[in-house]
Amino acid sequence: MIAEIGLVALWLAAALAVLQMVAGALSMRSGEGEATPLVLFARPAAIVQAGLAVLSFAMLLWAFAITDLSIKLVATNSHSMKPFLYKITGTWGNHEGSMLLWVAVLALSGGLLAFAEHRLPKRTMQAALAVQGFVALGFYAFLILSSNPFERLPVPAAEGVGLNPLLQDIGLAVHPPTLYIGYVGLSVAFSLAMGALLTRQVTPEFAKVIRPWVLGAWVFLTLGITAGSYWAYYELGWGGWWFWDPVENASLMPWLAATALMHSVSVLAARDALRTWTIMLGVLAFSMSMLGTFLVRSGVLTSVHAFAVDPERGAFILVLLGIYVGGALAIFALRAGSIAEGKRFSVTSREGALVFNNVMLTAILAVVLMGTLYPLLTEAFDVRVSVGPPYFNPVGAIFAVPMLLVMAVGPLLRWKADKSERISGLVSIVMAVLITVVGLALFLGVSGALSIIGLAFAAALAIAAFLPLKGRNLRLVPIAVWGMVMAHFGIAVSLFGMASESAFTQERLAAVAPGGSTTVGDWQITLEGVDPIAGPNWTAMEARVAASRDGAEPVILAPQARNFWTPFQATSESALHTRWDGQLYAVIGDSAGDGRWQLRIWWKPFVTFIWYGGLLIALGGVLAIIGRLRSDLRRRTAKRKGDERRADLAEFFDKQDEGVR
Amino acid sequence: MMRLAYAIPLALFLFILGLGGYMLTQGRDQAIPSQMVAKPLPDIDLPAAGGDFPGLTRRELIGGGPKLINFWGSWCVPCKAEAPHLEALKEQGADIIGIALRDTPEDAGAFLKQYGNPYSRVAIAEVFTILFGFGGSGVPETYVVDDEGVIRYQHIGDVRARDVPILLDQLEKAK
Repeated sequence: MIAEIGLVALWLAAALAVLQMVAGALSMRSGEGEATPLVLFARPAAIVQAGLAVLSFAMLLWAFAITDLSIKLVATNSHSMKPFLYKITGTWGNHEGSMLLWVAVLALSGGLLAFAEHRLPKRTMQAALAVQGFVALGFYAFLILSSNPFERLPVPAAEGVGLNPLLQDIGLAVHPPTLYIGYVGLSVAFSLAMGALLTRQVTPEFAKVIRPWVLGAWVFLTLGITAGSYWAYYELGWGGWWFWDPVENASLMPWLAATALMHSVSVLAARDALRTWTIMLGVLAFSMSMLGTFLVRSGVLTSVHAFAVDPERGAFILVLLGIYVGGALAIFALRAGSIAEGKRFSVTSREGALVFNNVMLTAILAVVLMGTLYPLLTEAFDVRVSVGPPYFNPVGAIFAVPMLLVMAVGPLLRWKADKSERISGLVSIVMAVLITVVGLALFLGVSGALSIIGLAFAAALAIAAFLPLKGRNLRLVPIAVWGMVMAHFGIAVSLFGMASESAFTQERLAAVAPGGSTTVGDWQITLEGVDPIAGPNWTAMEARVAASRDGAEPVILAPQARNFWTPFQATSESALHTRWDGQLYAVIGDSAGDGRWQLRIWWKPFVTFIWYGGLLIALGGVLAIIGRLRSDLRRRTAKRKGDERRADLAEFFDKQDEGVR
Repeated sequence: MMRLAYAIPLALFLFILGLGGYMLTQGRDQAIPSQMVAKPLPDIDLPAAGGDFPGLTRRELIGGGPKLINFWGSWCVPCKAEAPHLEALKEQGADIIGIALRDTPEDAGAFLKQYGNPYSRVAIAEVFTILFGFGGSGVPETYVVDDEGVIRYQHIGDVRARDVPILLDQLEKAK
């Protein structure tokens, strides 16, 4: 019964998406004042649809929780002996389940939009709802027609196949849902942007409506990328935190677009400038999340995130991509000329700096996109290449360096027009820090141009991030400004972690017999023993590694080489020891024969700052949302109070008039 | 002019869409051809593993006519499937050298006893590195090496009945 309820809910939700689309589109065509009965339908359709999609996902969760082996998806992805947490997270550890999660989040945010948003002009809102329904419909069709998660087996399986061991980790509980919320949040931004474009109402008011959605999506993308990076770092056991893998790029590209969009939206909201550019970015951000989905799931690119690859599904996503993004860009090409570009501003101004950063972010996005698609292009001509850090790092840096420079000084500039002399004192402090750190790094013999640049910019940016607060009464600074300061400071922290990791990491690969020792950095490493241990669905060789720094009391690390039996796969469980100034990272490899074991140890100074920085950036985004929503609420409350007062006064005078009569 | 600029994103997108669509229709060829074909053999120096498994050096592979070099392992299932076809190759005069990867003399010996020994010589390598030297990526793989020690041909995957004449033909060409 569970599967059937889930499937019926999905079909009903799809039907409501059709209603939402049609009602929204038709009532958009009618004039602002005209009352059509259809206008009543779009909002409720979106809200009920959200409930149904969530119900459908809840049914799948339930099926996984009780390991209902009569459902094909459960039988092929779960196992009755799996720990309960991984039974639950296994729901979205596969193609069908993750698409259902995607659709549920999409419907939920569409419902939230329909329920909570009452500021937009009616026609724009109806257009946005129509677009949202259209997007949702495509994904319902994709699920029902080519990826039905509720398919039954003719004969229930005796036992499940199990979940990929790499996915049997707490990281799976966090990383995909956060990323999906981010991607889907961008779909709302897309719908709103299309709505505004269709009705030609790209106004500051529209920017204020779209802003919390963009900020929210961006916060979740930031968290998702941060979590994914840390997960890959400790789970894959390769010691790296970013691999420029196509799937990582697929999450980075929407983030870059959303970052640009977020900044351009704030220009539109504050100054009524950059109208077409904002719409363009709104479309771009969502296209990037869809393109990522296509690249990952069609199997046209090889990646460590090998989802069950299926060309038919790839074709389906490609068609959706063509319809949504192609359609949006075609409308953009036809309509953009008719949206006035908005207010002008001088180059030396807050807007000028934001435009420059927008262009740089978009350029970095183009660099990542080209690097990701290049292997696909050459393969079309039968040449196999792989594009990696030697391309991405330096070419990305060409645009990242000017971007970071402007990011340091941009927030100090005033809106509309400013004089560079006004901030020259602060700029020279930032430049002095930059030059001092470069000099210091060269003097100390730090290797790697990118590492040195990274360290210098981290220091300069850490100071520059707080300069916008200078000379202001800290209690009166709006929360949104604190958000910006926090996010920019987070970039500095993260950058410091990255540069430090690449400049100062020490690595030791040694074959050690139990009792033997080796050193890495300041650390004295002793292999105390290697013992077999057993977990719920795996066995492992676990090493006891004692690590001590400067003769202090040793800490024990226990890296494992695990063998899962459902499905059969060997994984390497790294062991980490975190200090404030870095992390010790230990991996055990094969037995070298003769009683010795391959032991791989890294000392990575300040590597954790990469992810602390990511969290700070996300926190900055959260503060910005709180700040914006609060000031917006306040404004509305003030307006309502004003209205009430006026009404009271009017009533009072009316009564007086009556009394006089 | 300005209006044309608004169509640039659409043009770029259609290009990417076309590329994606084209690549979807192309079959994914998972085998990675060796970059070492037509190049001399890599350095080989496998130590003796005792019993029937003497070591193997690069020099021993050069001269004495073209050879087949077959990478296998007692743990490898397709290797069991290709055993009769290697036997057929041997009967038709091919000189086959076997290199068992990540294997032990006991396991490899038991395998040869059960599935037959088509090799004129077998060496054991503890690690995969030697296969990477040939530009290979998996087991089993079979290479044709000519008299001068140049790799002439690579066969990826298990040898099947239809591959036997192809390999014999390649050996003939390498003479």
